[in-house]
Amino acid sequence: MHAPDGFIDVPVSAAAGVLAAGAIAVSLRGARRELDDTARPGAGGGVGADRTAPLAGLVAAFIFAVQMLNFPVAAGTSGHLLGGALAAILVGPYTGVLCVSVVLLLQAVLFADGGLTALGVNITTMALTTTVVAYALFRGLVKVLPRSRRSVTAASFVAALVSVPASAVVFTLLYAVGGTTDVSIGKVATAMVGVHVLIGLGEAAITALTVGAVIAVRPDLVHGARGLRQKLKLRVDGELVDAPETPESAEPVPAAARSPRRVWIAGLVTSLVLAGFVSFYASANPDGLEKVAADHGIDQRAEEHATADSPLADYGVKDVDDARLSGGLAGVIGVGVTVVAGTGVFWAVRRRRTADDERSETSSPAGTSV
Amino acid sequence: MGAGHTHRLHRHGDSPVHALPPHTKLAAVLAFVIVVVSTPREAMWAFAAYAVLLGVVAYAARVPAGFLLKRLLIEVPFVAFAVLLPFVAEGERVDVLGLSLSVNGLWGAWNVLAKGTLGVAASVLLAATTELRELLHGLQRLRLPPLLVQIASFMVRYGDVITDEMRRMRIARESRGFEARGIRHWGVLAKSAGALFIRSYERGERVHLAMVSRGYTGVMPVIDEVTASRAQWSYALALPCAALVVCLLGWTL
Repeated sequence: MHAPDGFIDVPVSAAAGVLAAGAIAVSLRGARRELDDTARPGAGGGVGADRTAPLAGLVAAFIFAVQMLNFPVAAGTSGHLLGGALAAILVGPYTGVLCVSVVLLLQAVLFADGGLTALGVNITTMALTTTVVAYALFRGLVKVLPRSRRSVTAASFVAALVSVPASAVVFTLLYAVGGTTDVSIGKVATAMVGVHVLIGLGEAAITALTVGAVIAVRPDLVHGARGLRQKLKLRVDGELVDAPETPESAEPVPAAARSPRRVWIAGLVTSLVLAGFVSFYASANPDGLEKVAADHGIDQRAEEHATADSPLADYGVKDVDDARLSGGLAGVIGVGVTVVAGTGVFWAVRRRRTADDERSETSSPAGTSV
Repeated sequence: MGAGHTHRLHRHGDSPVHALPPHTKLAAVLAFVIVVVSTPREAMWAFAAYAVLLGVVAYAARVPAGFLLKRLLIEVPFVAFAVLLPFVAEGERVDVLGLSLSVNGLWGAWNVLAKGTLGVAASVLLAATTELRELLHGLQRLRLPPLLVQIASFMVRYGDVITDEMRRMRIARESRGFEARGIRHWGVLAKSAGALFIRSYERGERVHLAMVSRGYTGVMPVIDEVTASRAQWSYALALPCAALVVCLLGWTL
């Protein structure tokens, strides 16, 4: 899926590059916070103001290595992990974006895998989309499902499963706006999403198994499972007593603060399911409104980019012929927009809460590490 | 891509191309690729001219053609995609050998193939003539965020270590009679991946502590500051400038 040079035209590549650069800048800041968060329960935060480079670097090396681990499928074919969802769940979304981006950067510069001008496109689709979609979905599911290890594994399955086709959809969108050949978008979308749903199934299975394996051994290392830590129990005179709580492990989260978010996340998940799957399979011949919605949805996106880019761009957006597909496509685009907007809200909420918590000096890792 | 692949990419040498400062080479390759991508696809001769330019660079760098061609194979998946394009694209169609092909699709396939191949060839030349460590220095000189460069350098430094760790785990699995044949064995492989993550992360923590104990404060000291003279810059930028001339000719002709 590494796009080479010349696949997407220059203005769109440049726009994607700007987006990728912005995402990396945000992630650099966020990763610092994530990796220092991890430091707190164990070794004490004193050491760790600058753990970002070694830890993120080693995680990037891990992703690079694990991409070479072949998972045999059948009859000589084999697949491998893409790692976006895995990174997001294991080390958090910011670090995940950063690590996958670094892997892509070095692949482009060293291995000529993916073009230099297409680097922005590749980072946007493979680093940004996969990690953000996977993490948003993962957090949502973990909140909704019962708090157990099994639900973390299940959530990572779903998150990885959706993240791969989502990145294919983003790639299709970029192709719709800046593709150098006018293949009908319907065909590109069908091919890309079809293939990537299959890839996503493999990715999901491997990601879930790997997350499960890490959780079984070092649950404290799984960023996405921070809230699940067991309370320390001491055996005093033959009976189990809760250990006196250290300030770090005090994790009461005010219920009032959580409830609106839970509602919001349930809504997100429902809309995802409705938009992505139901609209695709709803009916074989949907009414014209749905088709128009799809066409307009795509056209609006194209125009939105046209205002952002140079007039050089060749914006030919083909009509989507297959009505059912167009419904599904509109749904999937809706998912993309929803997830992006939703994540924005999510982070805004999170940041405010983090700030509040720090102010009220009960700065507990479980409370802040949403 | 077993252990030591980083050494396979680089061809040691002391040609004039090897001697150029890394950031000039990076800038030159990036500019060259941008020029190539913005060339109109109808100007077929322009791409031939670009290929000749790259050939001259390869000759100057004493990179053998076989090495270059072998490394170009990384492009194969997209060649497959490009071959598909004439069959699925829209627009007027022509009959070639009894197959109905789209004219637009043929142009698109040519476009992707030509530009993609030139881009890959340029990157391969860059990697072949620049050492890894130098490349990272070059990225830093080109004002990439230092933290990002540090992460990349840690990845490069420990990439082989982690890959080796994975290889040792594979040997351990195989010496116990395990052979992954199908989906049923994914659980074992995933456990290895999980163990690999834990080992990598813990190694990261150890590396960080070791660095802190040696006075690391979050920035890496730059020991050998690479600078480029005006002559070196102009030497390196000769490639994209020549390409730019070709590109402008391609637009006007």
